[in-house]
Amino acid sequence: MPYFEGKNMTAGYGDGPDIISSCTINVNKGEIVAILGPNGAGKSTAMRALLGLLNLKSGNVKLNGQEISKLNPQDRVKKGISFVPQTRNVFGELSVEENLEIGAHLRKDDTKEAIDEIFNLFPILKEKKKQIVGELSGGQRQQVALGRALMIKPSVLMLDEPTAGVSPIVMDELFDHIIKIKKTNVAIIMVEQNAKQALSISDRGYVLVTGKNKFQGSGNELLNDPEVRRSFLGL
Amino acid sequence: MDFLNAIILICNYTILPALTYGSQLALGAIFVTLIYGILRFANFATGDMMSFGTMFSVLLTYYFQSIGISFGILPTALLTIPFAVFMMIFYMLTIDKLVFNYYRVKKSPPVQLAMVSVGVMFVTQAIIRIIIGPSDRRFLDGEKFILKASEFKEMTGLNEGLTIKTTQISTILITIAVVSLMFWFLNKTKTGKSMRAYSDNEDLALLSGIDPKKIVLITWIIAGILATIGGILYGLDKSYRPFVYFNNMLPIFAAAIVGGIGNPYGAFLGGYVIAFAEIFLTYAYKKFFVYLLPDFLEPSSLVQFLSTDYKFAISFSILVIVLLFKPSGIFEGKKI
Repeated sequence: MPYFEGKNMTAGYGDGPDIISSCTINVNKGEIVAILGPNGAGKSTAMRALLGLLNLKSGNVKLNGQEISKLNPQDRVKKGISFVPQTRNVFGELSVEENLEIGAHLRKDDTKEAIDEIFNLFPILKEKKKQIVGELSGGQRQQVALGRALMIKPSVLMLDEPTAGVSPIVMDELFDHIIKIKKTNVAIIMVEQNAKQALSISDRGYVLVTGKNKFQGSGNELLNDPEVRRSFLGL
Repeated sequence: MDFLNAIILICNYTILPALTYGSQLALGAIFVTLIYGILRFANFATGDMMSFGTMFSVLLTYYFQSIGISFGILPTALLTIPFAVFMMIFYMLTIDKLVFNYYRVKKSPPVQLAMVSVGVMFVTQAIIRIIIGPSDRRFLDGEKFILKASEFKEMTGLNEGLTIKTTQISTILITIAVVSLMFWFLNKTKTGKSMRAYSDNEDLALLSGIDPKKIVLITWIIAGILATIGGILYGLDKSYRPFVYFNNMLPIFAAAIVGGIGNPYGAFLGGYVIAFAEIFLTYAYKKFFVYLLPDFLEPSSLVQFLSTDYKFAISFSILVIVLLFKPSGIFEGKKI
């Protein structure tokens, strides 16, 4: 049984049409899973459904065997599911250190140690800890966003297009960081536009088309699947 | 000697009153900016909420006087602050629960909440009229002056006297204390930081597990403290007349906007900008120039830019100019 799974999820916004239908996504600890697909395939929506930002019409979400479909996003965060949105994913008017402290808001213990761990993971943030996040570069800001999400010591980390709008060099750097995070036994789900690079660091991938699972498999399988290559990777 | 006289004259009639008035505006402006930054609407009930808190202070002062409690040379009203603040917070939380909460849960647009606050303003005005009536009340007691003009003249031998009123000193000192405490709270405590985070990025704050109900509660508590203290200090310095508080909303909003709405540091400084502008532009400088200039250059007019009747026009003009040329406020810096 997978550690974290959204099974047969059907959901849409308000009374509108279903954006995802019968979509299944799961992930285990210490694994990176990429959700890929063309624009409008429902990738982000699937992730929002897993987090509880929109209600499921059918299907369920389970964490470690426990049904959490009815919990609101805050309660899911308390269960250890952390989310990094694509945009507005940092507190731009607060300092780096304050961003990390807010990330640890739900933790009762001393946050100093957790902050030091984040500084070990992202050394650049230690140098800039007093700086206002809005003044940092795009790549550094993404590191703050990741750091904030990691402060609650999550068991599941969800990333919505973590490399959107950053340069290729920064992208490689961010992927390196994501692999480092994976090695701390966190289950990672990410939605990515840069499909090829994402698959090359992912253990498994899902390709969604019009809100349904179309292909799935290990990173290499998908990379070598001729149909996936032709339609989604542009190779 | 004439030069010193001129300085004392300016201190006495412009700088000291402007610092006092500016402090009172600053407290109101921080109130406006906090509500705007965190609860996300322009609160038109600001003036009347300040009046509401002051009303309790007036009533309690009368009560304290009747049972013989006083605060020595300081106004008895200062003793009533904790009680008045408590009543104010209670009123604000009740209004929030009955009125604002409904629109917040519905995620109404800010302009709708602003209109709702106009309704709250009318209701608050009515309650004040029912409880205490519209008339002018003085509730200042204790020693009126810390330094009298005659004493100052005797001490220094100058022609001009410097008077320091008890209300001026207490206004300035209390404002400094309250504002420093508030900034310490916002910048150093966990709750304060989460308030700033909530103001900056509400969605991410919710995802970080910040409880919006707690943020709203703390915001009203801080707002209640600021509004009541600002109102009481103004009432002590001038007099308590409910309608004046409504009128004061113009300079208060001007101060908040000059400072960049949502930015409490800006609002704090904005209060002084407005106060100094109002007082410097409406002061008659004739005597000042008489001291400084040789006899043949003595001005024949009052050398007053605007009559004091136009003081609201000054805040209004500053407001319009800032909105036209620098709508984000004249002070750089982080928002709440």
